[in-house]
Amino acid sequence: MFPPAFAYSAPESLDEALATLTNEGESARVLAGGQSLIPMMKLRLASPAHLVDINNIPGLDYIDAANGYLRIGALVRHNDIVNSELVTAHNGAIASAAPWVADPLVRNRGTLCGSVAHCDPEGDWNSVMLAARAQVVAQSTSGERVIAIDDFVVDFFTNSLEPGEIVKEVRVPKYAGRGGGAYLKLERKIGDYATVAVATQLQLGEDGKISEAGIALTAVNNKNTRAIAAERALVGEEPSDEIFKEAAALAAQAAEPESNVRGTAEWKRNVVSVYTRRGLEASLAQARA
Amino acid sequence: MTTTSHPKTPPEIGGIGHSIRRHEDARFIQGAGNYVDDIELKGMLHMAILRSPVAHAKILSIDTSEAEAMDGVVAVVTGELMAQHNLAWMPTLSGDTQAVLATDKVRFQGQEVAAVIATDSYIARDAVSMIFVDYEELPVITDPRQAMAEGAVVIRDDKEDQTDNLVYDWESGDKDLTDRAFAEADKVVSIETHYPRSHPSPLETCGAVADVDPITGQVTVYMTSQAPHAHRTVFALVTGLPEQNIRIISPDIGGGFGNKVPVYPGYVIATAASLLIGKPVKWVESRTENLISTGFARDYHMKGELALNSEGRILGLRSEIWSDQGAFFSDAQPTKFKAGLFHIVTGSYDYPAAHVIAHGAYTNKAPGGVAYRCSFRVTEASYLIERLVQNAAYEIGMDPAEFRSLNFIKPEQFPYHSPTGFVYDSGDYEAAMRKALGIAKYEELREEQKAAREEGRLIGLGLASFTEVVGAGGSDEYDILGLKMFDSAELRIHPTGKAILKLGVRSQGQGHETTFAQIVAEELGIPVGDIKVVEGDTDNTPYGLGTYASRSTPVAGAATAVISRMLREKARKIAAHLMEASPDDLEWEPGKFSVAGSPDKFVTIQDVAFAAYTNMPPDTEYGLEGVHYYDPPNMTYPFGTYVVVVEVDPETGVWNVDRMVAVDDCGVRINPMIVEGQIQGGLTEGFAAAAMQWITFDEDGNCIGSNFMDYLVPTAWETPRFELDETVTPSPHHPIGAKGVGESATVGSPAAYVNAVIDALAHLGVRNIDMPLLPDRVWSAIQDAKKG
Amino acid sequence: MQINITFNGTAQTSDVEPRQLLVDYIRGTGATGTHIGCDTTSCGACTVLVDGTPMKSCTMFAVQANGKSITTVEGLKQNGDLHQIQASFKEKHGLQCGFCTPGMMLTSAALLEENPDPSEDEIRWAISGNICRCTGYINIVKAVQHAGEQLRNS
Repeated sequence: MFPPAFAYSAPESLDEALATLTNEGESARVLAGGQSLIPMMKLRLASPAHLVDINNIPGLDYIDAANGYLRIGALVRHNDIVNSELVTAHNGAIASAAPWVADPLVRNRGTLCGSVAHCDPEGDWNSVMLAARAQVVAQSTSGERVIAIDDFVVDFFTNSLEPGEIVKEVRVPKYAGRGGGAYLKLERKIGDYATVAVATQLQLGEDGKISEAGIALTAVNNKNTRAIAAERALVGEEPSDEIFKEAAALAAQAAEPESNVRGTAEWKRNVVSVYTRRGLEASLAQARA
Repeated sequence: MTTTSHPKTPPEIGGIGHSIRRHEDARFIQGAGNYVDDIELKGMLHMAILRSPVAHAKILSIDTSEAEAMDGVVAVVTGELMAQHNLAWMPTLSGDTQAVLATDKVRFQGQEVAAVIATDSYIARDAVSMIFVDYEELPVITDPRQAMAEGAVVIRDDKEDQTDNLVYDWESGDKDLTDRAFAEADKVVSIETHYPRSHPSPLETCGAVADVDPITGQVTVYMTSQAPHAHRTVFALVTGLPEQNIRIISPDIGGGFGNKVPVYPGYVIATAASLLIGKPVKWVESRTENLISTGFARDYHMKGELALNSEGRILGLRSEIWSDQGAFFSDAQPTKFKAGLFHIVTGSYDYPAAHVIAHGAYTNKAPGGVAYRCSFRVTEASYLIERLVQNAAYEIGMDPAEFRSLNFIKPEQFPYHSPTGFVYDSGDYEAAMRKALGIAKYEELREEQKAAREEGRLIGLGLASFTEVVGAGGSDEYDILGLKMFDSAELRIHPTGKAILKLGVRSQGQGHETTFAQIVAEELGIPVGDIKVVEGDTDNTPYGLGTYASRSTPVAGAATAVISRMLREKARKIAAHLMEASPDDLEWEPGKFSVAGSPDKFVTIQDVAFAAYTNMPPDTEYGLEGVHYYDPPNMTYPFGTYVVVVEVDPETGVWNVDRMVAVDDCGVRINPMIVEGQIQGGLTEGFAAAAMQWITFDEDGNCIGSNFMDYLVPTAWETPRFELDETVTPSPHHPIGAKGVGESATVGSPAAYVNAVIDALAHLGVRNIDMPLLPDRVWSAIQDAKKG
Repeated sequence: MQINITFNGTAQTSDVEPRQLLVDYIRGTGATGTHIGCDTTSCGACTVLVDGTPMKSCTMFAVQANGKSITTVEGLKQNGDLHQIQASFKEKHGLQCGFCTPGMMLTSAALLEENPDPSEDEIRWAISGNICRCTGYINIVKAVQHAGEQLRNS
């Protein structure tokens, strides 16, 4: 299979790309890794009239730590993240999710920013970003704006980018003190989307109590979803089995999964609970390490 | 693993028992394989098929005008056009009819409705989306029992005598005897389960390049075919073209597993299009087309019961199955046996009574019923008996291994006459099982399991001691569309002592070019590297029924051995002439004849070959060539025991395979390396069936599992790390004692995985979970058991 | 659109439609060792090396290969000799029908470039984007181990 015909441009600067996007309007799509977009086009589920390929733009493949943020540029491939010591040192949830995104070949091409922009509720990255309180840096010809991930992930395959905007960078705040994170994914095989996955992140205060908590769920809602009540239950508490169990139960309540060939809603909610508890345990162990 | 084979030939000859590296690999590792999609002919056009988006509907109209007007579109073919040439319908391998292009109705999602022929494959696909069809939707049936319910819509109203959705009722065994066994039983164990629909999905999809020469009338079809000769005959019957003008070439095949046995509408449309247009036409399926329209497998709703006495002896078996045939009955299987060889369901066990009833029904699902890496429906049978046996052991309170041991057919009982009419050729089931248990350290594992349970961990041990039946046929019982299931080998030994072997079967990755050369090397002492094996071209190979159901080695392998021996006898006469001795005084060792008592006086097979064309004894025909058609006296019965160890996560139902031990007995192993490769592949298919691989449908008949994102085939990461070993019990009736092995592991292993998961939960009272054992099903079974 | 590609070491210029998939472009040049097994970026039969990195050529447009170096199975041989991975796939019976083999070998060759002595887990992980329907992967793992050994000793 192959896509319907489209116009193609491969600008060599961000300015040029943004200008093209502005001129072409809503019929244009950005092509980064293309590992979600191209299959959708081949199956004719998407048929953009114009593709703006940003792969030839230099300077967008950076991973760095600056101003209290880990910053991941638009052309950073999933596999760059797997191999990044900076990421491992900086954020446990990202490091733990990266190897489980798609398959090794797709990770060589697909980009984190592209996945974030794609807003597939079965995609991994947005849960991680929600748990880690990431920000999306959007750029257009009229400038740059920073969007909190909670505001960026709008709905099923829907983000809050304005026409002409591109995701230039995703940035994740460094832990304030000791921190740890995890991403537990139940998939049926390598390359499968998550049946259920849970991203967790914990930060501990000087007193050893939980100062910040992030929990977000994959594939159990119409978008990646934060389990806010569960997060709240944790903040200010001494880490314990009891409080993790309570948070796990609250996280399960935040899930509204569908019963389908991958499993019943009841079971999926149960997995959310189990994975939340296990993720919190792993996050805590990492924070304390 | 270690292999027990002791080759009789030296490595430089490379006969039976040598792990010769494969001859065919040279081209595959250099990207020089020649698959159907690699074929480019001058002026070749491309075809794409429009398929029905709905499962059951009347076709009100088809508007092809926009598609026809597109640049590059040469023709649009509809059922109406095919009907003008009497090609709208074709026979299936089970003697039913199947629509080539729909004329009246569509009867499953994905059915062929129209085809575009264009100058380029992209244009052909684009044009398909510009054909507009008006459908009037009809009620949809997706289950065979629903199909047989009162008032169900009749799917095959195209058939004059068809007043309901029944395809067949079939039975085997002795009902009265079986009823008596159940009446006398102390206990009855039963199970009801669905062996889900799956698809062989070889990595290469199906396709064809049809090349009809408008001047000579020669029809050459390059086709993904596991059975090129049978397909040639079907083509002749379907099209009315003279068979001598039809040449089917089955080039390199990228996996078949049964998927490439049937004749598909795409082949016929491409050929008709080439005939009408006068240019070659290529058609290659997409993966989705492959999964939604070509031969599925299984989809058996099965009930089974075992009658037991209080000591744990099996007294009898009863089974009733409902087979979901889809919209057209196109099982590729022997005519006489409507449920394939499902009646092998009595398994590896000795009891006098069995009765099997099978019903087939039409549904609004894709047709197929192919033998997916198994002999016809043997997978379903093996699964049912091995699941029953495990549950019976729990019921009796015996260890499942000991229960098997008690009931096994004993070595001295062979040839064993089964209660459904099979004659098992040879076996030592106890030996294979003991070997597998020993490798697994079964006793220790049982202790570990006990200790783990104390800690709340769920470990399970699953066994399957399967018996397969392969190598159809025996012309008295086995035919497809009347074509008897013999197979053939033509051997030509050239003057320089090199040889060419031509076969009626067709490898799809099994390594025939190496294995069959080894049989010749064994029998004639010609070095294996001097023998070329040719298959898959009907103009240049003798007639045969093809490769499926593990029949190549049992049937064509036997034909190869027999023709080699026949030529060896002729060679003996020539050798006697050359040495001026009596043929009876000659002794044979691989590669040479010598005079008894004078080992220095000898001639080589190469000397003899040269003489066959240059210096023959009087009254002997020139040449050292011959062909043999082998009609097997019986099937062969490979067997083995598989042991699986799993751990189940009680909180999520996720299970992982810790160990998988496979002891296979396929008789004599010609090329142990290739045999092990076959087993490893089959074990993976069995794992896939147990864990993830199925096609299901929603109530509207939409196929769930129409691409590799939804139809799950395991990667290297999920696939268990198998531990292989063997026992060797030769087939007494096969010329070289071999049994066929390509499918044993797919047949035998699903039950072992499932038995292991059930065993992990058995103490909770869990006795069945339907495949695939998705984590939610396992978790739900635990929850239900806990609720009591 | 005009593209310039270094294809198996040779520079070539072609005119392609933007929507043409890289795999179709490659196969169209007559290099048919790169196969198509699915439509959903699931199987890896179409794997090629793009500037040395294995990628699925069904999920890239030919235009995106402009300025890049593409290696397919036909380009594995070096100076007329088989690449070690090719020899090892034969030696260890790492293939049956041969359809996944080109992609599987390219992924494996790239792995060995990066990690000359991979563990079984690392090999299985690295090839988990390539599906094989025949072998059960055991002999593919052995082939990669064998190639690694040979390369380390050479």
